[in-house]
Amino acid sequence: MADNVTPRVRVPREASAGDSVSVRTLISHPMESGQRRDGDGNIIPRQIINRFTCDFNGQNVVDVTLEPAISTNPYFQFEAVVNETGTFQFTWYDDDGSVYEETADIAVS
Amino acid sequence: MTRKSLLGGGAIGALAIAIASVVSADIGDDEQLVVNGEIEMIIETAAPDHLEGHLSTIYSGWVFRSDETQAMQADDFDNPAFIFVDQAVDAFNTEMGAEGNSCASCHSAGDFADTRPTYPQWDAEHGEVQTVEMQVIECQTERMGMEEPYAYDSQAMRNMVALIASEGRGQVMNVAIDGPAQSTWEQGREIYYTRFGQLELSCANCHEQNYGNNIRADHLSQGQINGFPTYRLKQANLVSVHNRFRGCIRDTRAETFSVGSPEFVALELYVASRANGLTVEGPAVRN
Repeated sequence: MADNVTPRVRVPREASAGDSVSVRTLISHPMESGQRRDGDGNIIPRQIINRFTCDFNGQNVVDVTLEPAISTNPYFQFEAVVNETGTFQFTWYDDDGSVYEETADIAVS
Repeated sequence: MTRKSLLGGGAIGALAIAIASVVSADIGDDEQLVVNGEIEMIIETAAPDHLEGHLSTIYSGWVFRSDETQAMQADDFDNPAFIFVDQAVDAFNTEMGAEGNSCASCHSAGDFADTRPTYPQWDAEHGEVQTVEMQVIECQTERMGMEEPYAYDSQAMRNMVALIASEGRGQVMNVAIDGPAQSTWEQGREIYYTRFGQLELSCANCHEQNYGNNIRADHLSQGQINGFPTYRLKQANLVSVHNRFRGCIRDTRAETFSVGSPEFVALELYVASRANGLTVEGPAVRN
């Protein structure tokens, strides 16, 4: 697991049914591309987050493949239509097999 | 035929206004900075008395930045510096040193509201002006029993100073420049107005005489440090005050003072006092 990986998400606390809400996520991660060399000329091994998913009440909202050119601390912002009260489940997959998870609840009236 | 008669006086006037508005594109267009919808920042105010004859108005570095960069600072979620503040919160609650204490053993959240606005300040016990960084090192060595305290410009130190600064956001900078700190302050002022390096530039040449003008593709600010430590997009990391001083002096092609040196502490006190009246913004976002 890379050091100091902390996911952060921001979702409105409440919304009306059928609303499109703005979801923002940020995870601190070095996103080492595998192209750089250290001071001794050795290649620094690639370590990136290669996949990000967001589900709402078990239904997939986005499923993203990340590539090495994406910079440090990847940030995603997207819209999701919510029809019922529920929970967003966010998952980030690291090259080393680590999985980082975060959830956010939203109340729909 | 002269240029003036070609254009006519009125056109000259319009041209002058047009040029002026290009130069000061980002100054004084009624922008406001409210962070998280609740912390109202003073980004423009009358200069403190000691700047009489030099500056009449002081501006936060925020006003000189592009709209996109400005927007990042208005919300902690968009402000990348808070990744590092989060890391500092973890460190704050972690035991360090031989005494088995964490920062949280003595301090709690909210204790530091007055720290950033009043530092650097005179420390009677040690008989010197201390920066926030020096205060952290003092705590770690004298009260926590750490053999190796945070290095002055280490990532851990910048994170911790950013956390401390973030608690003081919205407070008005009010650094004491009289009393025992006065001689240090005068030393800092001396450094500020001294030309350094092969380019023979003083701090004042850029940040007092040419703020708002372009330096290459960028607008010069007044060099206020109320937003430090600052998240610089260029470095994708926090930058400390002394690191910024060093970068500026290096750009004059001078041998710089070192980070944490008495000269930089004096300069920090003086530059901080130039921002007396602005609000603490640290950790701010700059390009």
